[in-house]
Amino acid sequence: MEWTLDWYLSLSAVLFTIGALGVLLRRNAIVVFMSIELMLNAVNITLVAFSRALGDAAGQMLVFFVMAVAAAEAAVGLAIVIALFRKKETVDLTRFNLFRF
Amino acid sequence: MVSQLFFFFFAAVAIASGIGLIVSRSPVSGALWLVLNLCCVAALYVMMNARFIGVAQILVYAGAIMVLFLFVIMLLNLAALPKLQSIDWKRAVAFLLGMVVLAQLTYVLAGSLDLLPEPTMPDAASGSASALGRELLTRYALPMEVTGILLLVATIGAVLLARRSSNKG
Repeated sequence: MEWTLDWYLSLSAVLFTIGALGVLLRRNAIVVFMSIELMLNAVNITLVAFSRALGDAAGQMLVFFVMAVAAAEAAVGLAIVIALFRKKETVDLTRFNLFRF
Repeated sequence: MVSQLFFFFFAAVAIASGIGLIVSRSPVSGALWLVLNLCCVAALYVMMNARFIGVAQILVYAGAIMVLFLFVIMLLNLAALPKLQSIDWKRAVAFLLGMVVLAQLTYVLAGSLDLLPEPTMPDAASGSASALGRELLTRYALPMEVTGILLLVATIGAVLLARRSSNKG
């Protein structure tokens, strides 16, 4: 079943690229967040595929922790988006220049 | 052979829905594309014999995180909310029932042609909940505790960030 690992890694690479494109191209902060979730998922596919190919459960444990961190990241990130929306009335990333002086 | 077909089907749907996420105009439809993508990835996990991770993917990602995303989109009342057309329920139910009949027929046909994959025996590296739980509470006990603290801190931080500041400052 060696073909499986290659195909899963290719799928992961494609999904990661789509997520990276979403982060780079979109201006809506929420869509950028969802693209980050897509990239995390691509990495998780890689981890599970290697975990299965090597017969080691460590990869699946890593996926577990990545999911927990992704949940924390989504909660804090969306709270930041809400706070920014209260301040600027938009979620367009090009309109945020808070660090400019 | 059948597992290859399933892999290509789910991989194609996952890639297509990922592209749908980054090209969709409204964030709501983007979120729904991402839900489809996450469900396909969960199916791929189950195919890779990581069943617990697959179920956790549905529960945590498609269930909790995406509901949070949709909730925030609705809360911020972003301009590009699509108009809800009234769904033709009779047609939707008919479609669903047709799909169920198709799935049953396919299952029976595949069973009679010996195309179904063999049920795999659970082994040490399999993703059953008991195997993962044993690892989690022995070898990975410290990371698990740290993750618990991280989730607590994230919860408190999210509440503090999103709170409308009542007093000055």
